[in-house]
Amino acid sequence: MLSNNKKNFNKSNLIIITSFKKDALLKQARNMSIIETKDLTYTYPGGKFPSIKNISMEIRKGEFVLITGPSGCGKTTLCRCFNGLIPNFYQGEIKGEIIVTGLNPLKKQTHEMAKNVGLVFQNPENQLFALSVEKDVAFGLENIGMRREEIRQRVDWALKQVEIYDLRERSPHEISGGQQQRVAIASVLAMQPKLIVLDEPTSFLDPLSAEKIFSIIYEMNKKLGITVVLVEHRLDLTAKYASRIIIMDQGKICLDGKPRKILNTQETRLLGVGIPKATLLYQELLEDKIALSNEIPLCSEELANFLKEQLKTK
Amino acid sequence: MIEVENLHFIYPSNVEALKGISLNIRDGEFVAIMGQNGAGKTTLVKHFNGLLKPSRGFVKINSIETTKTSVAELAKNIGFVFQNPDHQLFSETVEEEIAFALKNFGFKEEVVKKRIDWAMNLLGLSQYRDTSPFLLSGGERKRVALASVLAWNPNTLILDEPTIGQDHRQKENLRQFIIQMQTQKKTIVMVTHDVEFVAECNPRVLLMRDGEIIADGKGTDILTNQELLTKSSIVLPQIAQIFQELSCFGLPQNIIDIYDAKNILIQILEKKK
Amino acid sequence: MSVFDGLKFRKVSSPIHNLDPRIKFFYVIVIFFSAILFNQIIVLLTLFLMTIPFVLLAHVQKEWLRSLRGAAFLAFFIFIVNIASSYFTSGYSLTANQIESAIAMTLRFIVLAGSFSVFFLTTSPDHLGLALEQSHVPYEFAFAFTTAVRFVPVLAEEAQTIMDAQKARGLEMEKGSFLKKIRNYIPVLIPLIVSSIRRSLELAEAMESRAWGATKKRTNLYELKLHRGDIGLLIISIMILIAAVFTHFYVTIPSISQILFGT
Repeated sequence: MLSNNKKNFNKSNLIIITSFKKDALLKQARNMSIIETKDLTYTYPGGKFPSIKNISMEIRKGEFVLITGPSGCGKTTLCRCFNGLIPNFYQGEIKGEIIVTGLNPLKKQTHEMAKNVGLVFQNPENQLFALSVEKDVAFGLENIGMRREEIRQRVDWALKQVEIYDLRERSPHEISGGQQQRVAIASVLAMQPKLIVLDEPTSFLDPLSAEKIFSIIYEMNKKLGITVVLVEHRLDLTAKYASRIIIMDQGKICLDGKPRKILNTQETRLLGVGIPKATLLYQELLEDKIALSNEIPLCSEELANFLKEQLKTK
Repeated sequence: MIEVENLHFIYPSNVEALKGISLNIRDGEFVAIMGQNGAGKTTLVKHFNGLLKPSRGFVKINSIETTKTSVAELAKNIGFVFQNPDHQLFSETVEEEIAFALKNFGFKEEVVKKRIDWAMNLLGLSQYRDTSPFLLSGGERKRVALASVLAWNPNTLILDEPTIGQDHRQKENLRQFIIQMQTQKKTIVMVTHDVEFVAECNPRVLLMRDGEIIADGKGTDILTNQELLTKSSIVLPQIAQIFQELSCFGLPQNIIDIYDAKNILIQILEKKK
Repeated sequence: MSVFDGLKFRKVSSPIHNLDPRIKFFYVIVIFFSAILFNQIIVLLTLFLMTIPFVLLAHVQKEWLRSLRGAAFLAFFIFIVNIASSYFTSGYSLTANQIESAIAMTLRFIVLAGSFSVFFLTTSPDHLGLALEQSHVPYEFAFAFTTAVRFVPVLAEEAQTIMDAQKARGLEMEKGSFLKKIRNYIPVLIPLIVSSIRRSLELAEAMESRAWGATKKRTNLYELKLHRGDIGLLIISIMILIAAVFTHFYVTIPSISQILFGT
């Protein structure tokens, strides 16, 4: 179980195996947790303040975690810690400990992390570089030197998972933003990672395309058992899928728990997070002493169902 | 006053983007132009400040045809805020950036100074006067772009997808900002696919599809019409979705505002008791 | 811009389009080499005419002619310079040989332009990128090439948007002195450059996140295989090469003046 550590060992640094690391590696080797961090703090090069401060969290295998918070709260920085872009690509000053999918991003190269952790970015256009969709989906697999036949299988499989198989020979510039984002997801999915992190993937998309993306992500989580970390503002479309919501502000984690609990607290509203209208309406009615049910709704369908129950007994 | 009559527009690549659009926008109106990507929304508004000229039909701004004048002339009255602020920013300081348009339009030195101060104040940028716009955050850069367009006080503002990438608070600020512009009697044309935001603002809505306008009317009527919205690939706003599910109970079908919804539900649920 | 139009690839399928780019490139090099070997107009004309069947088979006549029209200006320039230098260096006189020599120079250029044009017109950027990858060119270069091509339309659109945005702030690009016109490009160039830098950063992030650099032995989804047509073209190219070398050393081809005037 500690063989990972042995591989890490190199001449230039004696690794202090802290009790955190030992526990985390053990847990992740047993497939119990996927991400564990302790007091993770990071400052961009030239930055005056840390972008994330003392982040301690644990994400278990199979969870669908929604991370949200006002702009500048550190969500994007945190995402980049999960796959090793921080500190490898961004340099800067990092403190604390982090283990992701059994690997230490602070010691591993980004390409080693890439086999286990996929990261989908905000801008669809700027993450597709090949001249055809399927070549783009194959990119990661080509990079790790997989055999051609296996690449072909994985590419076709990934394309079908996100339902763009018939677009495979098109050029990325010809397809819509929503389709481009699906290509990006497919190219990450083709690596069959244990964890997929998505950083505001629907920012540039219209609500219909956004819904499609979210349902695909949900399928990946449910059917394939891939742990999902989704950074989003659009809680009205995503709260219903999440098993857990984490709210960040000014580099710290403020709230962390089940969606129905988190969206019901006053602090959430004060943080300026976009609470789903259905939830707000429910809370407004509650203030007028009208309780539609025992638990708050996360989306319009749920609230509609609560109301139907109430109105049926007419 | 924006008058459009039978506007057709064909791109050089022979794609017909606008197929006979006719509409009027009166001074002081607040209009949201909605529709799927490729419906022609941005193509349409680019005719309002002359960036594009009609292939057929005409566009008149304050009774002058856009083909008879230049973009710079039209821009004096029509401010166009593009989606991506990074497509505009190029100056060494925020102050210079805001001064750019003012200098182009030939404002005098003293007026330029005053207008810069006014614009920076309005958008909370005074502390960044001597900062390079490239060092600011995404939201701040958006405000600089907005300030640089407001600076010359055009009476019409065209906003192209202003809510993209904005968090909840930033959208709230934008909504307040639009209300403020309305009190100054400015005409506001907003191109967007953000139904929730439009539902909160409740402007006049123009729905486009395939280069044509398929609906033109009140937000409450158009944003609750499932048939129309499906045709133009738009989703119902949350509140309307809820009420649509409850249509069999006789609930009104033109509700998009959360407080209207609350009042109606209270009435109905109280009646039950 | 007509020269560039002539080089732009269109998505058409023809036997020429499907040929392996490496073989096509070898053929173009052979033609280039042969053109250099010979001074005689007859040979150069033959080489030029040999390109025509390829053009017709690939159905790219319109674009090919457009590219030649673009090259015509430069060809004319080459002709004039040659004539002028002969005229002045041989004491203000022109012999038939010198004129012929100038024509040969010009023709050589046209042969070159014509064959390269056919190459680019019938080879898609992905095909070309793939050929680069599989010709033991370091992957970084092939990747830089295909990525650049991929983003050309994106950059073009962005340039247009930026120009529109600045025009909407009163920038008038056509007005003013020559110097002012150049300065008017600053508000367009800077956002374009900044945006490109930002884009490269985002691309680099995406590449790193997908295991870029994981191994030096990179594999490929596609594989360029040589088909009958490719072998055929390869044989033809080698034959042309042998014929050219042989003719150059052992066969005397008369120049036009020799044919006309017997000198």
